[in-house]
Amino acid sequence: MELSEADFTAIWLTLELASLVTLILLVISTPIALWLVRSNSRARPFINAVVALPLVLPPSVLGFYLLIAMGPHGPLGKFTESIGLGTLPFTFAGLVVASVIYSLPFVVQPIQNALAALGNRPAEVAATLGASPLDTFFRVTLPLARSGFLTAAVLGFAHTVGEFGVVLMIGGNIPDETRVISLQIYDHVEALDYTQAHILSALMVGFSFVVLLLLYGIRQPAGGRSWT
Amino acid sequence: MDLIMPMSSVAAASREQRLSRPSPSAPGLSLALQLQRAEFCLDVKLNLPAQGVSVLFGHSGSGKTTLLRCLAGLERADGEVKFGEQIWQQGRQWLPTHKRPLAYVFQEASLFEHLTARGNLDFAIKRVNQRQLQNSGKPLLVEDDIIEMLGIGHTLKRYPQQLSGGERQRVAIARALLSQPSLLLMDEPLASLDEQRKQEILPYLERLKSGLALPVVYVTHSIQEVARLADYLVAMDQGQAVAHGTLAETLADPHFPLQLGEEAGVVLEGVIEQRDSQWQLACIRVAEQHDIWLRDNDKPLGAAIRARILARDVSLSNSRHEDTSILNAWPVVVESIHTDKHEGLALVRVRAGDTPLLSRMTRRSVDHLQLHPGKQVWAQVKSAALV
Repeated sequence: MELSEADFTAIWLTLELASLVTLILLVISTPIALWLVRSNSRARPFINAVVALPLVLPPSVLGFYLLIAMGPHGPLGKFTESIGLGTLPFTFAGLVVASVIYSLPFVVQPIQNALAALGNRPAEVAATLGASPLDTFFRVTLPLARSGFLTAAVLGFAHTVGEFGVVLMIGGNIPDETRVISLQIYDHVEALDYTQAHILSALMVGFSFVVLLLLYGIRQPAGGRSWT
Repeated sequence: MDLIMPMSSVAAASREQRLSRPSPSAPGLSLALQLQRAEFCLDVKLNLPAQGVSVLFGHSGSGKTTLLRCLAGLERADGEVKFGEQIWQQGRQWLPTHKRPLAYVFQEASLFEHLTARGNLDFAIKRVNQRQLQNSGKPLLVEDDIIEMLGIGHTLKRYPQQLSGGERQRVAIARALLSQPSLLLMDEPLASLDEQRKQEILPYLERLKSGLALPVVYVTHSIQEVARLADYLVAMDQGQAVAHGTLAETLADPHFPLQLGEEAGVVLEGVIEQRDSQWQLACIRVAEQHDIWLRDNDKPLGAAIRARILARDVSLSNSRHEDTSILNAWPVVVESIHTDKHEGLALVRVRAGDTPLLSRMTRRSVDHLQLHPGKQVWAQVKSAALV
């Protein structure tokens, strides 16, 4: 029993997708989390709710609306066509966009929690010592909230690796383009190829376990921080 | 009686203070700020001197910390703030905190937990704006001197979690100083410490005050800290500056709006003039003309000190008594008489030359002595505490 070339393609595609999505998510989630923690705006509960929506929606619902939005008649689709990118459904790019939205809460929330626990004081201290906001973020906020960012990255990556419903709706099942591990397993089961399904599934279980182990390892040394 | 306050050329300083009252001469810190808060409405217009320690004094919730945060630009109020020639805030103009040449010491030690004490100091040193510093012509605070002055040499390799509360606060003060500020803001730097730690840090603050020509705005609700550190005093209540002026004048103001109760009294600055080893007494000369004999506490002759004289320790009489245990008697002139909080008591403000004193007595005694403004009497000072 060995992994087929198609299996390796699926694994490689999944890793590629999850890495790219995690990177994008870290970049866009940080300002969102900063804003959610610091703002007193009345829009805050709405933004909070919007960010958290993918947590509670069935992936098929999310996938359905994304499909429509990214389709040739949807607002996103019209936009991508107008700038010459064509439409996104059933492409790797479409899968990236959908995954970013689907995994957003898993990245925003740990960062948001870490920043809230840190409070405003370290940033204020840095400002009184002459550090600009950007300087403050990279030299003070980021190192102090490091475990929150690590947790966010791990969760975002793992969640993207594990998605199925949204991929099926948006990506279809195109080899080397949108066929990720979860779909490959589905295909094996459909074809009654249980051995191959077993191997890939066992890999996923092992991976998930390691991820969780990593997460609890990150959270361990936290505490003992006293910004009162 | 505790520590002595060393100050260079106290006579000159106190003369200058007397001349500059009631409002200090520019260019210090001038501010006019309004801010609506749930608990109070901050509405303050002030000029603070360009040198020495200005204390914002008031109960908690009086708005003193909010005012300090507005000065630092950590909070946004309407109005204007000018520091010397620099405009920090005016109309739409707003200089963000990190561009203001100030440093801020927070109530609780706010060291960066991911850096050692050394790393915390370096954080400040690396961000010193060299050009701004050169333009200001200010003498540079030398790292080794500051570390020695605050006694933190042994802490440098440790992380904040490994330091005591007092050590952390001293590192925080050193870090603030090493950012080479032109103005130091301190928000109750001792409030989160126990009594012992306070006594440990106060001498460092006094050294800082005497050793550095750096204007300080200091927030506190402790009259002891006022007595030891303040040169200029601003009393805050419900968001307003209800009284302000030099320390001696403001404390001797019978209308001093914050009820000090038993703590009512004045703080005088003087120099140790002579000492009497037989009776272990030291003589403090105040304002170059009045002598007070106190318990000797081994400070060298010529040392500048502060003494606090409570209103309840000052009595008045129509003639000089020789057969009394009280050593210190000055001829004074009654300036004004005020009913104290308790209807049976009065606060009498008298003046010995330029030096104001407060005396608390019963209203019956006021009547008995036939005190009235302008009357010449003798003031006996029963005791004075060195602060």
